[in-house]
Amino acid sequence: MTQVLLSLSDVEKHFGRVKAVDGVSLDIVENEFFALLGASGSGKTTLLRMLAGFELPTGGQIVLDGKDVSQVPPNRRPVNLMFQSYALFPHMSVAKNIAYGLEMEGLLRREITARVGEILEVIQLAPLANRKPDQLSGGQRQRVALARALVKRPRLLLLDEPLGALDKKLRGEMQLELKRIQAEFGITFIVVTHDQEEALVMADRIAILKDGRLLQSGTPREIYEYPETRYAADFIGQMNFIPVTRSGDLLFARNGARIGGVIPAEAPEALVAAVRPERLYLDAEAENVVTGTVRSTAYLGLDLHLHLDTPLCDQPLLVRLTADAAEGRDITEGARLTLGWSARDTRVFPA
Amino acid sequence: MSPVKDRKPLYLMTPALAWLTAFMVVPCLLILALAFFRRGIYGGIEYVFTLENLAMVVDPLYARIFLKSAGIAGLAAGIAVVVGYAAAYAIAAMPRHRQPALLFFAVLPFWSNYLIRTYAWIVLLNREGLIVHLFRWFGYEGELPQMLYTETAVVIGLVYNYLPFVILACYAPLSRLNPEVAEASHDLGASQWTTFRRITLPMTVPGIAAGFVFVFVLSIGNFVTPALLGGGQFQMIGNLVYAQFLTANDWPFGAALSMALIAVMMVLLTAQTFASERASGQGGRDA
Amino acid sequence: MPERGKTRLMLAILAGVFAFLYVPISVLIALSFNAGGLPTAWTGFSVKWYGELFANRDIMHAALNTLIVAVVSTLLATILGTLLAVGVEIRRRKGRFLETIIFAPMIIPDIVLAIALLSFFSMLNVKMGLHTIIVSHVVFNLAFVCSVVRARLKTFDWSIVEASADLGASTATTLRRVVLPVLMPAVIAGALLAFTLSVDEFIIAFFTAGAGRSSITLPMQIFAMIRFGVTPEINALATLVMLFSVIALALSQRLNRGGLPGQ
Repeated sequence: MTQVLLSLSDVEKHFGRVKAVDGVSLDIVENEFFALLGASGSGKTTLLRMLAGFELPTGGQIVLDGKDVSQVPPNRRPVNLMFQSYALFPHMSVAKNIAYGLEMEGLLRREITARVGEILEVIQLAPLANRKPDQLSGGQRQRVALARALVKRPRLLLLDEPLGALDKKLRGEMQLELKRIQAEFGITFIVVTHDQEEALVMADRIAILKDGRLLQSGTPREIYEYPETRYAADFIGQMNFIPVTRSGDLLFARNGARIGGVIPAEAPEALVAAVRPERLYLDAEAENVVTGTVRSTAYLGLDLHLHLDTPLCDQPLLVRLTADAAEGRDITEGARLTLGWSARDTRVFPA
Repeated sequence: MSPVKDRKPLYLMTPALAWLTAFMVVPCLLILALAFFRRGIYGGIEYVFTLENLAMVVDPLYARIFLKSAGIAGLAAGIAVVVGYAAAYAIAAMPRHRQPALLFFAVLPFWSNYLIRTYAWIVLLNREGLIVHLFRWFGYEGELPQMLYTETAVVIGLVYNYLPFVILACYAPLSRLNPEVAEASHDLGASQWTTFRRITLPMTVPGIAAGFVFVFVLSIGNFVTPALLGGGQFQMIGNLVYAQFLTANDWPFGAALSMALIAVMMVLLTAQTFASERASGQGGRDA
Repeated sequence: MPERGKTRLMLAILAGVFAFLYVPISVLIALSFNAGGLPTAWTGFSVKWYGELFANRDIMHAALNTLIVAVVSTLLATILGTLLAVGVEIRRRKGRFLETIIFAPMIIPDIVLAIALLSFFSMLNVKMGLHTIIVSHVVFNLAFVCSVVRARLKTFDWSIVEASADLGASTATTLRRVVLPVLMPAVIAGALLAFTLSVDEFIIAFFTAGAGRSSITLPMQIFAMIRFGVTPEINALATLVMLFSVIALALSQRLNRGGLPGQ
């Protein structure tokens, strides 16, 4: 069905005693839009640079199209990188920038011109073909950088924080634009980002990195709904954490209330139960019920966010009610509310 | 920060480093060695180890010249820094689009020949010079003090020659200052003067230090300006070194004097680096 | 308004400083066109001193020597200095020792370098002349070229080098098509700087020229002349030399600013 394009097995990069990337194994299939997600220092950029060939792994293998490319220099890999700084050649026009990689392949001038023209249409910058990079806006530069890498039709396109330098509105547009272009060209994309929302919106699959290790990989839904670690649960979206203690198969919050949830195998006694803010419902008939006082509210149009002080834990619970659910209710500071959530929606991690 | 940057850059650097080694490092080491040999009877060099030359440097006769040179260099550097900083501050206070042109014209004289700039002051200061004529023209008939061939003339010449550099050195940190920092200081209740003293000045110390050290180092070893504007009236270290090599033919002593010069310079440069590092450690740097 | 008072003070400072900087040179230039040649009285505009200047064989000979020294030493220094700059900036670690060696030629007092080279050449029994001046000038010129090029490299976005490799270019191609074109304005600016410095340099040339008049350079000639006082010929010569320096500086500035995109 789907062909594995890129296979990492136990890839390591140690800088002296620092393990920037520490034994990452991962398969990425053809045509996939893949996101490497992690905080700064998680090793995601180093991993990307190894894929591009700018860093050589100190251990493990990188196999592309069935060939081990671990030691192949960047200019010999069918892989292109869109740099975070865009790295446009300041002395060359937009068209020259884009043509550069094709010239390196030794293509005929005619073909180069045709392909550059074609891609300029795709990124809608044809009228600016003769401008120099410093005469372009941030968004335009970003598209030139993308075009310059794409025009070579690489097997794999790497994008290092592609939207990092753009303002928020433009970022939203470009997220969809990148997805459209990826689908149109049918090229595998690997995006490095620290922005979990960006990863959720764009990627078919996400890998979460922490301290050079791969924590979890899966579809955005899997990652969001079934985080395997407390770190992942915290890193992706918002999450309420309630400290609990295990006694046999039962979990108890600090006020003695029983918390229903699936306990992982071989769990220690000190645990933490986690529930997403949108999984808490007003007056729900559910396994878990809590009553608390509204501390603050924030109205966001589609939904209403509120902080609820409860006896379950020190931190107020964050609750996200839909506008419908909140309709006609007295939800102001100081109001007493009872909320419930299902054991199904409760994740349990070691504390 | 990339393997491209990592690839052995030695083959790029070797030719230049070889050149510098052969024609700077080795000759300087040679001078260093010379300082420890004895002067031959007929002016040559006897290869006998001695500390006499170094001892001579601190001999009161020569130490006085050294101190005198340092005094003149310090005075010139001090004046140049005060004037240069004021000028740089004024340039930085002008509208942004005017600043490059102002700076350009402030530095321009620096690019004309040193001898010619010095010569210009001979034209102004000599006994039949322009200044004397101006006084006459205004009807002053009395005796005018000697202007050329004085210490003052030397100091003026040094300040004149090196001022553009000081302006440049002081302007760099001044122009990088974020104006909002000074505004924040005003906002917090500081007066203009206090803001300058507590905020602007400390953040621009590197420029001041660089300017001062530059003028001092170039002045103390200078022999052109004392020779031309000081006449034969007094000697500075530069003239003394010059004389040892070209007239007195006492190379070992000349070498010892040069070493002393270099030592002073190194101390100052170290101090300057220290001053700049401290200042930038306090957050005067932009990203 | 304190603001207006401040602006006025700033303008006054600028006026004073610029007067101090420009009056002496202007007087010199004006006198070079004074028929009488003396500062005593303006006796009419004339270019006769320029005529005398070009008729003076000693001066012309010195000028030719200076040109030879400057051209050759600039060429050598530009190549060596540029390579050095790229090499140093490519290195990940900055060695203090290396920095000192590169920085030294710019800060060693001229007199010290001059006597060091004089001792060096005479101990090796090298016959001194234009070639020894050239060799000596390359020492400081390469340091200046290097520093100009390095300044450009500091703001150089090294990721474009990686981008070039990523797009399939070899190291040599990257140097030729990406690094050099981006650096070129700085290289030329550095070369112009070196050329000007070499033309103006006096002390080192003075010590390394050897005996006799054959390898006298223009600054040496000027020094010899002005020691004996003010002559109208020097005024003319000074004016020309300044004009040359100013043109070179203007060119260098323009190059280093223009053609540097994205700053």
